[in-house]
Amino acid sequence: MAALGFAPFGQAAANELDKSVAALRAVGGEGQGNTAAGRALQRLAKGGAGTLPALLAGMDGANPFAANYLRGAVEVIAGNTLAKGGELPLVELGEFLLNRSHDAKPRALAFELIRRVDAEAAEQLIPGLLGDPSVDLRREAVARLLGQAEGLAKAGNKPASVLLYRQALDAARDLDQIKSISGALRELGRKVNLTRHFGFLVDWQMAGPFHNKDRAGFESVFGPEKNSELSASYDGMDGKVKWQGYSTGDEYGMVDFNKPYGDLKEVTGYAQTEFVSGIDRPAELRLGCKNAWKIWLNGELIFGRDEYHRGMRIDQYKLPVQLKKGGNTILVKACQNEQVEDWTVQWQFQLRVCDATGTAIRSSTKKNREVAAQ
Amino acid sequence: MKKIIVTFTFAALANGLAAGDWPGFRGPLGNGVSDEVGLPVALDAKKHIAWRIDLPGRGLSSPLVVGDRVFVTASGGTRQDRLQILCLNAADGSVIWQRQFWAMGSTMCHNKTSIAGPTPVTDGRRLFAIFSSNDLFCLDLDGNLQWLRGMTLDYPNARNSLGMASSLVLAGGVLVAQVENDSESFTAGLDKQNGMNLWRVDRPKSANWTTATVQKTVSGTEMLLLQSGRGIHAVNPKNGKVAWHYADGASTIPSSALADGVLYVPSHGLTALELADDGRSFKQKWRSSRLRPDTASPLVHRDRIYSLNSAGVLTCGDIDSGKRLWQLRLDGPFGGSPVVADNHLYVFNEEGMVQVVDLSSPEGRIAGEMDLGEMIQCSPAVSNGALYVRSNRRIWKIARKTQL
Repeated sequence: MAALGFAPFGQAAANELDKSVAALRAVGGEGQGNTAAGRALQRLAKGGAGTLPALLAGMDGANPFAANYLRGAVEVIAGNTLAKGGELPLVELGEFLLNRSHDAKPRALAFELIRRVDAEAAEQLIPGLLGDPSVDLRREAVARLLGQAEGLAKAGNKPASVLLYRQALDAARDLDQIKSISGALRELGRKVNLTRHFGFLVDWQMAGPFHNKDRAGFESVFGPEKNSELSASYDGMDGKVKWQGYSTGDEYGMVDFNKPYGDLKEVTGYAQTEFVSGIDRPAELRLGCKNAWKIWLNGELIFGRDEYHRGMRIDQYKLPVQLKKGGNTILVKACQNEQVEDWTVQWQFQLRVCDATGTAIRSSTKKNREVAAQ
Repeated sequence: MKKIIVTFTFAALANGLAAGDWPGFRGPLGNGVSDEVGLPVALDAKKHIAWRIDLPGRGLSSPLVVGDRVFVTASGGTRQDRLQILCLNAADGSVIWQRQFWAMGSTMCHNKTSIAGPTPVTDGRRLFAIFSSNDLFCLDLDGNLQWLRGMTLDYPNARNSLGMASSLVLAGGVLVAQVENDSESFTAGLDKQNGMNLWRVDRPKSANWTTATVQKTVSGTEMLLLQSGRGIHAVNPKNGKVAWHYADGASTIPSSALADGVLYVPSHGLTALELADDGRSFKQKWRSSRLRPDTASPLVHRDRIYSLNSAGVLTCGDIDSGKRLWQLRLDGPFGGSPVVADNHLYVFNEEGMVQVVDLSSPEGRIAGEMDLGEMIQCSPAVSNGALYVRSNRRIWKIARKTQL
C-alpha cells in the first residue's frame, strides 16, 4: 500500500490506515466483505485530511465496490474538515492529480476536491488535462477549448477557430461534445469524419435470416455459431443462406439487417468482420443495439443480452476483450422479435473497438498475414 | 382507517421512526395516505413555498422525511453516473450532508426518467438508497456509508435500457430490492446489517417498474406482495418463499394499494383482492375496468378508491363494490402518484402544477392549484404539516406560513 510514501502521520497510524484500506479493497461481489469494510470505513472516516492522498491512492487498481467505499471515506473526511474550518492538502491533491500513473477515477476526485476549495487553482490545471486518460478530466479541457474556439469564430478569426475545434475534436470522447464540435466545424465549412473518429466498424459479412419464433432464436445455435467460415452455407428460415458483403455508409456505423433482408419480424441475423490488430492488446468492444444480441471474439462468447426495444445508444455496452496480434474475428448475432409498433422496426447494431477512454482503435490496413509476419 | 394509523404509530416507534415521518415510497403505509392535518389547500406560491433548493442532479424519486431531516437522491454528471444522496434541514432546506458515489451499473435510461428513479427507504436509523443502475447504498442518518452493493456487477444482465424504478421496501426486518427486467430478473431479500443476500428469487423476465406492498398479518408478521405482469406473488420476506399467487396479470407501471386488508391491484382495470388475515390466501372481491389507473398508482382513503386515467380524469369508486361514484377532470398528465392528507388529495402533473382536490365535496372539487413550472414526476412526501416535492432540478417544501 502506498500510504507510507507521503503519510503525514506516524508509522502506527499508517499501518492502521493500510489495514483499513486493505479491508475495503477486499470487498467482492454479492456483499462479500461488507461487514469488515463497514468497520474499516468507520476507522478511516476518523482520519484527518492528511490521509486523503493515501485514500485516493488506495483506489488504484481497486474494484468498483472498493473505489466507492474509499470515496465514501474521502467525502466524509473532506466534509468534516471543511465544516470545522480546516484545510485540504491542496498541493498533495494536485500532485496526485498530475501523476497519470494513478487511476482515472481518484485523479478526477482529486480535481473535484481542489475545485471545491480553490476554484482558481482548478482552472489553472484545466489546460493540462487535454488528452487525459480520465474522460471526466479531459472533458474539462475540451470544454475550455470549445469556449475559446467559439470566441474566435465570433470574432471572425476562422482559421484559428477551426484549428482549436480540431484540437478539441481530437481530444473529445463524449458524444455531446463531439456533436457540438463537429457541428461547428461543418458550419465553418470543414469536413468531419465521425465514423473514423469513433472507429465504427463499417465493413461486414452478413448471414440470415434464421428464425426467432417465440424469441427462441436467442438461445438457438444456428450454423454461423458452429462454423463461421465465409465459404460456409447454412439452413436458414427460407432455404440455404450464405455470407454476403455489407458496408454501412451511416455516419454512426449502423449495421442494418433490414437493408438486405427487408423489414422482417421474428428473425435472427449474423454479421461478422475481421479486425486486424498490430499488437496483442486489451481493448473494449463497444456496442449499441436495441435487439437481443450475442457477440463472439475469435470464437469465444463475450456477452449476450435478450432485451428487445428498450432503447439504444452509442457505447451502450462496454465489453473488455483481449485482441491478439493479427486478425480477430468479431461475430455478432442480432434477434428481432414479434412486436409490430413503429418503434420496434429496427434490427440493427453499431460496434466500435476502442481503449478504456473511448479512443478509437482502428483495424490495421495491412492484411492479416502481413501483420502476423511482423 | 383509524385502526391502521394506530398500528402504524406503534410499529414506527418500535423501529426508530416517529409518527409524522415519511419513510419510503408513498409513505408509512406505502399507499400515499397521511394522517397529517393542516396542510395548505388554497395554494399560493407567495404564502406556501417555505423553501426551494437546487439539486445537484436529476431525479424522480420521492423525498423521505425523518424528524427534522429530508433525504433525497439525484443523479448528475455527463453520463448520469454520479449518484447523489442529500440530507437537508427540513426547517430551511440547508444541506446537512451530501454524498456522491460512482455508478457501477448501467446509467442508460429513457430521457423522461432518471437514474435517481427509485425511492429510498429508511427504518429511522439507516437510509437505504437504490438507483436505476442497481447500485444500492446504506448510510446512517449522518451520512456515514455502512455498506454498498452493485447488483449489475453481481448479475451482469440485470438491467433495463429504459431505466429501473422499483423502490425499496422493508418487510419483516428485511430490505427488499426488486431488480425485475427482461433478462436477469430477480427480487432479493437483503440483510439490513451488511447488504448480503438472505434470499434471491427469479422473477418474470419482463420489465417491471412497480413497487411491492407489505401486508401485516394478524400474527404481526409481514408478507411481501410483489406485483408484475404475472399478477401478484405473496412472498415471505424472511425466505422468499411464495405463499400464494394471483395469476391473472397486473400492470408493470402503477403499483397496488393496500388498505384494511384489501389489495387494490391495477389488473384488468382495477381488481380488489381480499387478503386472509394470516397472509396465506386471498379471494377476489370485485373488478372494475372503469377504475383503470394509468401511470399513477391508485389511492384508497376511507371508503373510497381514487385512480387517475391517461386523460387526466380522477375517478372515485366505492371500495366495497368497485362501483364508480364520480369523475373529476384534472389537468394531467400525471407521472407521480397522488397523496391524501386531511381529506384532500394532492397530485402534481408533469408540467409541475399541483392540484388539490377536496374529497369531502360530493363529487370532488378542485380546492387549490399552484404552478411550480418544472416537470414533476414524483409522488410527494407529507410530513409535519408540509409537502415535499422534487423536480429534475429542485426540491420544494410547501407548508402554511405558521409552520415554516
